[in-house]
Amino acid sequence: MVVDTIKMKSLSDRLAAEEVKGRSLWADARHRFLRNKAAVVGLVILFLIGLFAIFGNYVAAWSNEELDFSVMGQVADLGGPSLSNGHYFGTDDLGRDLFARTVQGTRISLMVGIVGSLIAVVVGTLYGATAGYVGGRVDNIMMRTVDILMSIPYMFVLILLLVMFGRSIAMLFIGIGLISWLDMSRIVRGQTLSLKHKEFIEAAQATGVPSFTIIWRHIVPNLLGVVAVYATLLVPLMILTESFISFLGLGVQEPLTSWGALISEGAGTINYGTLWQLAFPLFFFIITLFAFFFVGDGLRDALDPKDR
Amino acid sequence: MLSYIAKRLAIAVPTLLLLIIISFLLMHAAPGGPFTQERALPPQVLANLEAKYGLDQPLWRQMANYVWGIVAHFDFGPSFIYKDRTVNEIIAQGFPVTLTYGSLSFALAVLVGVSLGVAAAIRHNTWLDYLAVGVSIGAQVLPNFVMAPILVLVFTLWLRWLPGGGWEGGEWQYIIMPVVALSTSFMASIARITRSSMLEVLNSNHIRTARAKGLPERKVILRHALKPAMLPVISYLGPAFVTMITGSVVVDIYFSTGGIGKAFVDSALNRDYAVMMGVTILVGALTILFNLVVDILYAWIDPKIRY
Repeated sequence: MVVDTIKMKSLSDRLAAEEVKGRSLWADARHRFLRNKAAVVGLVILFLIGLFAIFGNYVAAWSNEELDFSVMGQVADLGGPSLSNGHYFGTDDLGRDLFARTVQGTRISLMVGIVGSLIAVVVGTLYGATAGYVGGRVDNIMMRTVDILMSIPYMFVLILLLVMFGRSIAMLFIGIGLISWLDMSRIVRGQTLSLKHKEFIEAAQATGVPSFTIIWRHIVPNLLGVVAVYATLLVPLMILTESFISFLGLGVQEPLTSWGALISEGAGTINYGTLWQLAFPLFFFIITLFAFFFVGDGLRDALDPKDR
Repeated sequence: MLSYIAKRLAIAVPTLLLLIIISFLLMHAAPGGPFTQERALPPQVLANLEAKYGLDQPLWRQMANYVWGIVAHFDFGPSFIYKDRTVNEIIAQGFPVTLTYGSLSFALAVLVGVSLGVAAAIRHNTWLDYLAVGVSIGAQVLPNFVMAPILVLVFTLWLRWLPGGGWEGGEWQYIIMPVVALSTSFMASIARITRSSMLEVLNSNHIRTARAKGLPERKVILRHALKPAMLPVISYLGPAFVTMITGSVVVDIYFSTGGIGKAFVDSALNRDYAVMMGVTILVGALTILFNLVVDILYAWIDPKIRY
């Protein structure tokens, strides 16, 4: 959705190109990244969101499970955001503190995003690098398999899995992990193909290094740029997927919650004048996605400074 | 060309079979059968039920029957929950609705997205470009489940212009919000992809040649730049279609439009496996078919692909 194939392609071309300059690619990239205001702001926002997720509970006056009986039943009148009764973001329609629930939701959503992305990095990189390096019939079979898996409407299969094997975070991770690595493996394979015939790989082959060691020690480190950019862009996609499922009520189960579940609750109650229930989770959701996109784009432009 | 299509079909058919087999096996691997209830049924009743639905036969036999039913008669079997309805009836009820707003959303996303992207690329680094980039970046974080409540809030609760849900046989005022909610983020992505690929094409040699020989700018763009610039957009349409069909689930639920997304989620919550599988397979078949069309279109436009 967000991954622009042309830019990814040009990024891999650039990273596969021979280096002539003295300064390292990474030092150059860091310099360019820091000059990109949107990306730096994105990074700062992500840092703040991270602090919010980790330390938010120490600030909250209520826990995410307590019911505030004094506002129950009159949430529209008394449950609004206020500093005096400790509900900084207001309460939900059951009288639970929305601040504590947003902290909780932020934790789950970030965790899903990062774990999903990590699975993609590990599985996708190894799979793609193996297919690209080994080549020939193995490559053909491996990539055809990816083609087939990609044409399966995964969201439906994921919902199928969640319903049949019970809704739990573990199942959600398995489901998201099953699909997230497909794109990554394609990108990594393409990159590996262009690395494969470089002299340093040839040298390793000539000295009799086993294939697996070549992939692990020589190919994978050189894939880092592409993988880092794609992983950053994958986190918001994973968050979107999880939110989608939680919006349908099939994801994270109470008392745990996530941004998707909170947005769903907020969307269900907009009729009753409790707008803060939608506004706060939505705000966190949107700025985090923005931040990830900007950081990912910034990283990509920093590693591939072609002007567009 | 024909052999290319045949080759693509040769991949599409096994994919579809694989999808059917996977979902069938999943259904059987799930703990608890369709008739597992809180109070256990008497064994005799259970045996009769299983005999009626063919669940007493060996697994391979059931699978063969299921696949054969779909391939030969386009029959997905009876629903496990609604005793008087078949999966076909349930799908036939919701599918036209999904098809209507789905194809409208798709058309809207492609038309607006492409025009916006092309306009931004032609007027590179002007206010129009910045506006288009801003809008498309902003819209990208507004997936359907975020757009839907926002639209209802603005147009139903504040302005009172549009009804907040329902379908009513497809009256226009019931269609607008589902279509907009579903298409926004795709419009944004298509605009972004079109813009960057159009910029790349406009900087290429053949466009410089076209300009150098004095063609009017309009002709340069329509005749020479648009076609190659569309290639990345076309390859994006396949995944976009899948995501859009998935999004119909949210639209159906939030706007109560009654499409197949509703049938899917209802069956998911009721554990009506037959309907779930029927919808999954139908969507899978549509996806594969659509990807096939996209591939053929791509091969037709891109002179570099030989078949």
